[in-house]
Amino acid sequence: MSAEERLRTTYREAMREAIRDALRRDPRVFVMGEDVGRYGGCYAVTRGLLEEFGPERIRDTPLSESAFVGAGIGAALGGMRPIVEIMTVNFSLLALDQIVNNAATLLHMSGGQLNVPLVIRMTTGAGRQLAAQHSHSLEGWYAHVPGLRIVAPATLEDARGMLWTALEDPDPVLVFEHGTLYGMEGELAADAGPVDIDRAAIRRPGRDLSLVTYGGTLGKSLDAAALLASEGIEAEVLDLRTLRPLDSATLLESVTRTHRAVVVDEGWRSGSLSAEISARIMEGAFYELDAPVARVCSAEVPMPYARHLEEAALPQVARIAEAARAVVGVRG
Amino acid sequence: MPSLGADMEWGTLLEWRVRPGERLERGAIIALVDTEKAEIEVEVFESGVVEALLVEPGTKVPVGTPLARIRSDAEAVAPPVPTPPRVAPLPPAPPPRPPTPARVAAPPPAAAPRPAALPAAAPPPRAAPAPRIHASPLARRRAAELGLGLEGIEGTGPGGGITREDVERAAARGAPAPAAAPPAAEAPAAGIPDRRAAMRRAIAAAMARAKREIPHYYLATTIDLRPAVAWLEAENARRPVPERLLLAALLLRATALAVHEVPEVNGTFEGGAFRPAEEVHLGVAIALRGGGLVAPAIRSAQAKPVDVLMRELREVVTRARAGVLRSSDVAPATLTVTSLGEQGVEAVFGVIHPPQVALVGFGKVVERPWAVEGLVEARPVVTATLSADHRVSDGHRGAVFLSAIERRLRVPEAL
Repeated sequence: MSAEERLRTTYREAMREAIRDALRRDPRVFVMGEDVGRYGGCYAVTRGLLEEFGPERIRDTPLSESAFVGAGIGAALGGMRPIVEIMTVNFSLLALDQIVNNAATLLHMSGGQLNVPLVIRMTTGAGRQLAAQHSHSLEGWYAHVPGLRIVAPATLEDARGMLWTALEDPDPVLVFEHGTLYGMEGELAADAGPVDIDRAAIRRPGRDLSLVTYGGTLGKSLDAAALLASEGIEAEVLDLRTLRPLDSATLLESVTRTHRAVVVDEGWRSGSLSAEISARIMEGAFYELDAPVARVCSAEVPMPYARHLEEAALPQVARIAEAARAVVGVRG
Repeated sequence: MPSLGADMEWGTLLEWRVRPGERLERGAIIALVDTEKAEIEVEVFESGVVEALLVEPGTKVPVGTPLARIRSDAEAVAPPVPTPPRVAPLPPAPPPRPPTPARVAAPPPAAAPRPAALPAAAPPPRAAPAPRIHASPLARRRAAELGLGLEGIEGTGPGGGITREDVERAAARGAPAPAAAPPAAEAPAAGIPDRRAAMRRAIAAAMARAKREIPHYYLATTIDLRPAVAWLEAENARRPVPERLLLAALLLRATALAVHEVPEVNGTFEGGAFRPAEEVHLGVAIALRGGGLVAPAIRSAQAKPVDVLMRELREVVTRARAGVLRSSDVAPATLTVTSLGEQGVEAVFGVIHPPQVALVGFGKVVERPWAVEGLVEARPVVTATLSADHRVSDGHRGAVFLSAIERRLRVPEAL
């Protein structure tokens, strides 16, 4: 075992390695989506895979999300294990009918006869000056829908490990990759492999409050926790990892320890995943709460293009720290 | 509202001695506050400028309520942000002092002059509903576990809500059980008899707690005062009248210095642990004319020579008897001295004032036959006693402490 051996890599490479690993493990696995083949993927995740695995398994599709997601569902029903890449969550709206009305419901509608073992990967989130039509964080919408499993890898381990576990799930799994994470560099165990897609993870333990987050805001929350630690506030950082079904047990355990929570979510506040998390805490840990649950979300505006406005609209380290101080009762 | 005594939960602001915009030096007296025990002048601990007065005279507020905002010299000039007083005043604030006219709800402006036939139908004074106490679910649960009421606990959480920590802090201070009468239900007017009754209750609470919680032990020794009295007479003979010393100053000085040898008698016992004090803040029990008792503290008594102790003793007694102590007078003492010599008794075995852990008593100075080297002669003697907390010290250490006082009184010139 070379468990000690660690390699320098990026989130993008870890994700590519996960796809390569899946293609090697299972001949039923194939990749399809816009520009995944010859172009190497809009975010270069699939670069080099066409050359390695050939056009049968790395398939460029027409620009029709509804068509190629539907084809993916059909392939899954037919016994294949498709990995469908939708360029971004913004374009997934064109495939909403296929995802919500078909992929999510067929098991139920067929009386348990038809599983849809489909994995859909897509980029989500803002922060790259792509303006209002290319910066949505709509994973919370999908997390609303029974029949889907929603995961949000935020670390190299999860980028490398979640895909295979998702492919093994007999039902549809949507993987949300935050666009700012692809370039994230770090060390990964050389033998890193599949990880669970059921449990939330404590990324930093703390006793004074829980910062509950996932995906693109995990890094910001960890930075905020480090800042708070320098002020004597020990924030626990909880990475939800799986947005549906939510790991309520780990969430409630954390809040029961710290008695305070700040939910950090890049989605808009109203009717959001952060609202769901806040409600779960209230339902399950009301008598443990020493302060109202606070939320740090994106401003409720179409995402601005201008950098300073976009930065102002998104959750940032300073705002997370400020919310944390307020629930702890530190008056600034 | 400063805590002007370990048992103080509420205070009534009687009057402001400053105005917004006024410059203050550290130590200035800014307000007069009525506790249950006395009217006390509140001093300011930082130099700066008064930005805003947040509490109206005549308002009764819990300890910890901001009374005023003062921008200290150290702070950068910031635009004034008006902060409304966070704590709602208690409904029936006792009308401040006689000259202030009673506040009556104004009739609606549109109302026609009332017919003379209905003069008595004055609107009832608006009884504001008791404001809901904002406390976190966890704080409420914890308070219930501790059998504690939330009234009067200062909230430090978001929006001023009471948190678990606030409850636990209040519990450590010995906050009232929920059954205790709400402070607002007391005296309709802040008259002298009510003050006296309130003081009686405060003393009762402190002494009952002392006897309930503190395992007292008692020691006594008789001290030959001839050297001290002789030194005092010689010293006073050459001093102008205002600078003359009383024996009491020597007794205080000897006590403060003896602490050095037995630090277990100086400090506080709270939350199950003794915390020794670094300095000796010597409480001096003063009986008030007409009944009652206060024990203002002389700060850092171990560092003050006899002359200074004498001056401060004289001043604090004057203020106590006038019923106007200062906030620094009533800051917590670490050890208290009581003396009933004036009343003619020879010994006093006192009750410790919690959370302190000891009390030193001095009786009357009397002439008694005293055997010295086989001969009997008349000497002035005093009986010194020690009541001490057996959780913190044992009889042996207590004896060492009393001997240390005696030894120091034998060489008064060294005091």
